[in-house]
Amino acid sequence: MDGAHDMGGVPWSGPVQSEPNEPMFHAEWERRAFAITLAMAMPGGWNIDMSRFAREDRRPEDYLSKSYYQIWLAGLERLMLERKLIASDEIEAGKPLHPTKPVAKTLTPDGVASMLHRGGPTEREVMSPALFAVGDRVRARTIHPPTHTRLPRYVRGHIGTIEMLHGVHVFPDSSSLGQENPQWLYTVSFDGRELWGPDGDASVKISVDAWESYLERV
Amino acid sequence: MTGHDHDHHHDHDHSELSETELRVRALETILTEKGYVDPAALDLLIETYETKVGPRNGARVVARAWADSGYRDRLLKDATPAISELGYAGRQGEHIVALENTPHLHNMVVCTLCSCYPWPVLGLPPVWYKSAPYRSKAVKDPRGVLADFGFELPEGTNIRVWDSTAEIRYLVLPMRPSGTDGWSEERLADLVTRDSMIGTGLPKQPHEIA
Repeated sequence: MDGAHDMGGVPWSGPVQSEPNEPMFHAEWERRAFAITLAMAMPGGWNIDMSRFAREDRRPEDYLSKSYYQIWLAGLERLMLERKLIASDEIEAGKPLHPTKPVAKTLTPDGVASMLHRGGPTEREVMSPALFAVGDRVRARTIHPPTHTRLPRYVRGHIGTIEMLHGVHVFPDSSSLGQENPQWLYTVSFDGRELWGPDGDASVKISVDAWESYLERV
Repeated sequence: MTGHDHDHHHDHDHSELSETELRVRALETILTEKGYVDPAALDLLIETYETKVGPRNGARVVARAWADSGYRDRLLKDATPAISELGYAGRQGEHIVALENTPHLHNMVVCTLCSCYPWPVLGLPPVWYKSAPYRSKAVKDPRGVLADFGFELPEGTNIRVWDSTAEIRYLVLPMRPSGTDGWSEERLADLVTRDSMIGTGLPKQPHEIA
């Protein structure tokens, strides 16, 4: 979807500001929100693409006014509400008010290390040859799906060069809707001036990782 | 957020932050009582990322690559198994690619769409990496970003920006500072900063560490 999360090239005032000796979390609630989000994916059964869509699918003023972990929290609440794991009146009351919906499994302390070590690999078996090879010229398609996509707006319609093949990976546009639909994944690089015009920096190249259906041969 | 009652007399700096804090506490209570989360597992997740996983891991990878050319070659050819040799693997690092800086090429990593970052080697991303200024500017004006971080690249150095739009995670292999011949890996690792592995900084120089 076209949303405020898609920030590449969007003008912002002010510099990038780093914080010296930054702590991992800035408040106790950030620690808990982070951990609850990681833990709830197991009973909740959603994947990373569903999580990302739940975070980004909101009005720009909402997305931009929330801090990073507030967006995580809003996304988590939405996923749980959609699956009826919790209800809004329970959040307001601060306690369970309705019968518990059974879940297949939960994260126990002795499952934490293996869950983190396993991660969520997205590479899948190759079922068909890659359409493109290193050095091929391709155009990123102009698409504006209302659903989740990982093709950022600033490259759409622009011509780039295939630089790497990464094998076949779960396709997020489908995965966010519950189907893996794995496709070849490429790194495609673009010249600074191709993306940003004559005022762009000619000594800069920018790449995105793009699934095959995002690309067309030129 | 809805349903907050402001009619009663509590202090007026009842901030957005504390409302969020209350909401998170409420959620944890509900989810614990329903049996969906185990607070002990939450504690362990937090402890893992606060104490075990962080940029010191990535620094060890870089130091090994500086000290051992065979390792460097393996890292640049297929980073995921090479990094796994040092025991770092898993969530948000399932498919890692290492990017070598040279006198002619400087690599910088961003995620314009969210906050993708190689957790097993760098830990959780800092706030600036997830911020609008960095996510917007890195792909359009990377030299301006470097200026924000207080440094400038020599004339003739090209910049390559990697937008992490898929599940491939990128780790920059910075150039080894001169004057470090014969240093142990442990000592070399002290030179490797988090930002030098993202591409928004350079390693420390030998005189900067004790």
